[in-house]
Amino acid sequence: MLDVVGLTRSFGAVRANDDVSLDLVSGEIHALIGPNGAGKSTFISQVAGDLAPDSGSIHFRGRDIGQMRAAERARLGMARTFQISSLIGGFTVLENVMLAHLGRLGESMRFFAPVARDRKLRKLARECLEQVGLDSRHRKRVSEISHGERRLLEIAIALALEPAAFLLDEPMAGLDQEGSHMLIGLLDSLRQTAPVLLVEHDMDAVFALADRISVLVDGRLIATGKPDAIRSDDTVRAAYLGVEQP
Amino acid sequence: MMPATLIAEQVLNGLQFGVMLFLMSAGLTLVFGVMGLINLAHGSLYMVGAFACAAVVAATGSSYWVGPFPSPGVVAPPGSFWLGLAASLAAAAAAGALVEVTLMRRLYQRGHLDQVLVTFALILVFSEGIRWIFGAFPLYLDIPPSLGGTVPLPGGLDYPLYRLVIIAAGLAVAAGLFQLVSRTRLGMRIRAGESDREMIAAIGVNIRALYTAVFALGAALAGFAGAVIGSITSVEVGMGEPVLILAFVVIVIGGIGSIKGALVGAILVGVTDTMGRLLLPALFATFLEPADAAATGASLASMLIYLLMALILFFRPGGLFGKVA
Amino acid sequence: MTARIASTAVVLLLLAVPLAGTVLDEPWLITLATRVAILGMAGVGLNLVLGYGGMVSLGHAAYFGVGGYVAGILAHHALEGHPVLAWPIALGGTDSMIVIWLVAIVCGALLALLIGCLSLRTTGVYFIMITLAFAQMIYYFTVSWPAYGGEDGLPIYLRNSLVGLDTMDPMTFFLIVFAALVVVIFLVSRVVRSRFGLALTAVRQNEARVRSVGIGGFRIRLVAFVMSGAITALAGALFVDLNRFVSPSMLSWHTSGEIMVFVILGGVARLWGPIAGAALYVFLEQVLGSMTDHWQFWVGLLLIAVVLHARGGIMGFTSGRRSDDG
Repeated sequence: MLDVVGLTRSFGAVRANDDVSLDLVSGEIHALIGPNGAGKSTFISQVAGDLAPDSGSIHFRGRDIGQMRAAERARLGMARTFQISSLIGGFTVLENVMLAHLGRLGESMRFFAPVARDRKLRKLARECLEQVGLDSRHRKRVSEISHGERRLLEIAIALALEPAAFLLDEPMAGLDQEGSHMLIGLLDSLRQTAPVLLVEHDMDAVFALADRISVLVDGRLIATGKPDAIRSDDTVRAAYLGVEQP
Repeated sequence: MMPATLIAEQVLNGLQFGVMLFLMSAGLTLVFGVMGLINLAHGSLYMVGAFACAAVVAATGSSYWVGPFPSPGVVAPPGSFWLGLAASLAAAAAAGALVEVTLMRRLYQRGHLDQVLVTFALILVFSEGIRWIFGAFPLYLDIPPSLGGTVPLPGGLDYPLYRLVIIAAGLAVAAGLFQLVSRTRLGMRIRAGESDREMIAAIGVNIRALYTAVFALGAALAGFAGAVIGSITSVEVGMGEPVLILAFVVIVIGGIGSIKGALVGAILVGVTDTMGRLLLPALFATFLEPADAAATGASLASMLIYLLMALILFFRPGGLFGKVA
Repeated sequence: MTARIASTAVVLLLLAVPLAGTVLDEPWLITLATRVAILGMAGVGLNLVLGYGGMVSLGHAAYFGVGGYVAGILAHHALEGHPVLAWPIALGGTDSMIVIWLVAIVCGALLALLIGCLSLRTTGVYFIMITLAFAQMIYYFTVSWPAYGGEDGLPIYLRNSLVGLDTMDPMTFFLIVFAALVVVIFLVSRVVRSRFGLALTAVRQNEARVRSVGIGGFRIRLVAFVMSGAITALAGALFVDLNRFVSPSMLSWHTSGEIMVFVILGGVARLWGPIAGAALYVFLEQVLGSMTDHWQFWVGLLLIAVVLHARGGIMGFTSGRRSDDG
């Protein structure tokens, strides 16, 4: 589905990503983990098209998308969420999801019909909100809902794109235990819609969800494999897990 | 065929124009680079400098008049241009510092829209204020007698000494600014301010004083330019605005925040504009009727630097020396 | 709800002043209201990009002036009987308002397309300076192009005609302008509530998010910019008909600043805001202008105070709520 080969990107003298290769196959959750500053966000930005790589190739649904803009990649079915909730603050919850639908449908150049009363768009948007359990909050402005609800809204927006792949950048960030627990359940069900590339710090979530795990340290990929194999991998333990679980 | 001396003279005129544009642009680009502020009222500071110079020259001599009542025919010893020049620096710096402390400070954290509006309003205040004090008629400043006359240059060209001195003075200021920014402690702070405000606040630099100093420095440069150019043209309300817009063009071409970009951009704009006005009508005259050629050439020449800007924007949206757009 | 009351008040005031002018036999009041409606319309154009789209264009005088010159040049040729263009196609002048409006709209849109393509590649301060510079370029062009009066401008001796109406009658002309304004505001109100409008306000608030759902921000901005240029050009054509005179001063950067001031005084991203702003500005000009020659000094101080302390403008102040950014 998604096939990344040899992605490299430097900022000045720092190699944020050094020859990173990674793939995503149907039906899986592939977790990308690593300590802070390992280059995970740089990687996601390049795959999503917000940052141009110095070298390397990205294929998605069989097409070379290396030269595509972020918006084109999204229309092709690549749905990303942001590490820090990135929503339209002045909009309602519903409007945020409607915006995603009209992006997917390519309908942003319609000038006359009022969007707020559009039955088709509202229905589509509310279905997505229902899937993440936010439907009851659809009239609220984003500025009025809780942090946890915003994380759910990010997922609802991703769902609205009817994606062929999810790129989730730390969806658990800042959630309390109850929130994480709920989100783990939701993420678990996402893989039936499309494969998930999951960047996450919460190791419980990662090991509960992931079919495969890749470990990024100092911009280089040091291991890729099943969770059990990663758990027992000496290089990984030394470089990363060992730090957190002495 | 155009005589070579005419072309050489216009190149020098373009250079002189460019050097003055640099004085305007340097302040703007510093203020933007360090404080992130767009200041439309920079042209008003140019005007303040020119009027301060005219007022002091008038007060120290008597061949100049201030206010609505000219006294034609009175020939008296001219006032001191040098005192006037000093006054232009002081007045513009003081006006700049005052504006910074009372208004600009509140704007650094605001969006560009608020900055545009407040500084636009300031133009109204400055322009009407000056008109109130000095009246609506233009004032005339003479160039100092010691700088009058022309200098023979190699190739048989007699070029006005005053303009040569302007070029030299402008280049000297440019050199001084480069030294200031790259060598001194103040310059270090300026460069630090560009990259990280919180960092320099943390290491204990008094950032407020720094900002006021930078703003006053930019203002003084503008005021100096106003006084120097006011002696060639005339001193009048609104004189700063065309220059301000040219300075914007310079900054867009050179790249925001870059002193080097401002210098290169300013000279590019100065020479392109001057040469365009000379050469385009001549070029059109080779295939159009003389009257049509003059009209077409002149109108196209007036647009030339903007077309240059468009071209540079198309290929380098961040300007020649800009970091990123 | 209170926003609706404020809008209604603006409309009623705009109708009441010329009515009072008719009753009291003071036609200058009608002219004043016409001026407010036209300047307000220019502001409505700017508001679309500035208020809804978050693009600080300091060059809207360009579209205002181009609309004005379209009106002036077409009328001039109609009067003189010379064609505007003999080659490659013959193109005559006209004094029909409808034709003039259409040409003004098309020219404004095309110019905005050209300037927008270049300037919208940039953001922030660059965008402000570039829009200003391009407007200035057109200003200098009109000053130095002698065919249509150059610096002195171009008078048109009769107002242009519209389906047999007496356009020289102040009240008739006011009503024409008012009708045009209502149509423009209706269209803008539909646009900002449409799918496109949703995308436009979203681009202003968070472009990265908009990109990530498959909408290209540049296209959205450019289309809004073009619409905005067209509206402001229409206002320019009407302005020339009002004054029966067009000159480069319509293109000066003070005009750009003033149009922006209307939007801000009225309250950004509010449909009738620019009309309220233009009304206040014209009112201040009249009242302060009758007391002192230096009224701009006081307007400047007032504007500073409004920006620093009353950011919602008149409409925000009266309706007690700021517009929807955040």
